[in-house]
Amino acid sequence: MTAGPSVTLGIPSKGRLMEAAAELLAKAGHAIDRTGSERGYRGKLQGLPEIDVAFLSASEIAANLRDGKIDAGVTGEDLLRETIAPADEAITIALRLGFGPAKVIVAVPECWLDVASMADLDEVAEQFYQRHGRRLRVATKYKHLTRRFFAAHGVTGYRIVDSAGATEGAPQAGTAELIVDITTTGGTLSANQLRILDDGLILDSCAVLAVRNNNQQLQNLIKALSKSI
Amino acid sequence: MTGRSSTEREALAKQNAAIMAVFERAGFEHIAPDIIQPADIFLERSGEDIRARTFVFNDPEGNELCLRPDLTVPACRYHLSHAANPETETRYSYLGPAFRFPDELLSPQEFNQAGLEWFGGVDAVVDEARVIKLAISALEATGLSKLKTTLGDLGLFNALLDDMAMPARWRRRLRHQFWRPQAFHALLENFAKPARFKRTSISPYVDAIVDRDASQAVSEILATRSFPLVTDRSEADIALRLSEKLADRSEPPLSPDRIEKIESYLKIHGTLTDVVKPLKSLGTTLQFSQACQRFEQRIAALEDQGLNPKRFHFNANFGRELEYYTGLVFQVEVDNRNAPLAVAGGGRYDNLLQDLGAIKPVTAVGCAIHTERVKAVMS
Repeated sequence: MTAGPSVTLGIPSKGRLMEAAAELLAKAGHAIDRTGSERGYRGKLQGLPEIDVAFLSASEIAANLRDGKIDAGVTGEDLLRETIAPADEAITIALRLGFGPAKVIVAVPECWLDVASMADLDEVAEQFYQRHGRRLRVATKYKHLTRRFFAAHGVTGYRIVDSAGATEGAPQAGTAELIVDITTTGGTLSANQLRILDDGLILDSCAVLAVRNNNQQLQNLIKALSKSI
Repeated sequence: MTGRSSTEREALAKQNAAIMAVFERAGFEHIAPDIIQPADIFLERSGEDIRARTFVFNDPEGNELCLRPDLTVPACRYHLSHAANPETETRYSYLGPAFRFPDELLSPQEFNQAGLEWFGGVDAVVDEARVIKLAISALEATGLSKLKTTLGDLGLFNALLDDMAMPARWRRRLRHQFWRPQAFHALLENFAKPARFKRTSISPYVDAIVDRDASQAVSEILATRSFPLVTDRSEADIALRLSEKLADRSEPPLSPDRIEKIESYLKIHGTLTDVVKPLKSLGTTLQFSQACQRFEQRIAALEDQGLNPKRFHFNANFGRELEYYTGLVFQVEVDNRNAPLAVAGGGRYDNLLQDLGAIKPVTAVGCAIHTERVKAVMS
């Protein structure tokens, strides 16, 4: 136990993000010790007794940060921006950690030979509605990022279809006309005969350390990490 | 908020009774459209923007329903299911709750709208002046004063574009983006540049249809590249737009004087009487001069209603967030602790009833009052 209130840092509980985060922390001299009492879902950082570690899923980290349940977290910028409203000034990105690169993009079927840009998409959306009496459907799990990006490009004639997984298959399955999804190499997109719009990059995301209210007790950690990236 | 006290409830009810008395006295039948509506009609009509602000839920069979985000569409649906002939002139008024997720901290998620809808009217300019007069009278009946009314008019903008030489689809694009100033200016800039210098990822496909039958070229590309034809867009749809892209290449860009004209129009604002001259200075071409004439008729019609046109503001740029307006749009504001607060709005939406299922076009003009805002200003 240390003097003063402790702060909680959310770390992804599994997968590549967890491994990369653990590696970076170790490199910075603050390796994670899992504490046994809570079945490994809690931990401490070596040399930083004021920080508690909570292992959470990457999407829970963004939501817990938003709700003030944790003070800092390592998560994907995509999940952070999807979960936290742009107007929420309490949460800032302290460090871009570099690992976990992923682009959030707008992709349309390759057979849409006439669609290169968001402006084309808007025109097609209008014609599609006139011809078929229904809106273009966008399959995505990023409904807020999609709404903001489409609104900024003046595209309104569409509907979002929630997609929890295998989003890239939606156009072929007939459940949506286009998708907003993450891609790293673009391989899955081309395998599903989808093409990214020329101006369809919504976010060039990577793992970030996000903090709440510029918490002073995290400054030593931020300093150590920034030297190790 | 967890509700209204007995006193608050009575005060709001009394205020709204005064509003409805004005509408009912003017011959607007007081109806009560359904609160729960099929979600599709709103979402397909208004797109994702309104969905983000609408309470949508499923019934046990999985159908998507919503709490009405406004009362115009519900009033239209009421009309289509009750009127033997939807084109017959019919005047409705209503008072009831509408529901939206708050878009800013201050806006409530449930609020009461008092409004009127006038279907099948025959004298557009006169009916519109009457609706504005009724909105103002109803607000004044609650005790509000110092109202500021702003008008916009899509008829003027449409006429300006109609008279300008440009491909029909450019005109369609500009009209479509009128509501989104940022996208509108990007589009205008785009039309000002010679298109042939803009290569995009699909330029090779446009190259491929030069001097060829576009449909056949599209079929060949899809076959050789093994692109499956997914979605309901047909090869013909795709070929048609590619042909338009090809036509764009040889299209002369929109000349600086035409861009200047559109931009000067959008900058026009002032009292109704003050803007007549700058409007007329934009040209004497056929459609636009007719639209200017209608604008002067509008001023006369407002005067006939006993309103002073010098106290009305025109703003060419004035838009509303719902895209279904087709002509006049207006908003009434009141000074609330030195910041203007919109308390009523309305306009003409001649396409909506047909869009919702009427066989023939039905004219429509209406307005709605945000009753809680009126109450807030009065207390």
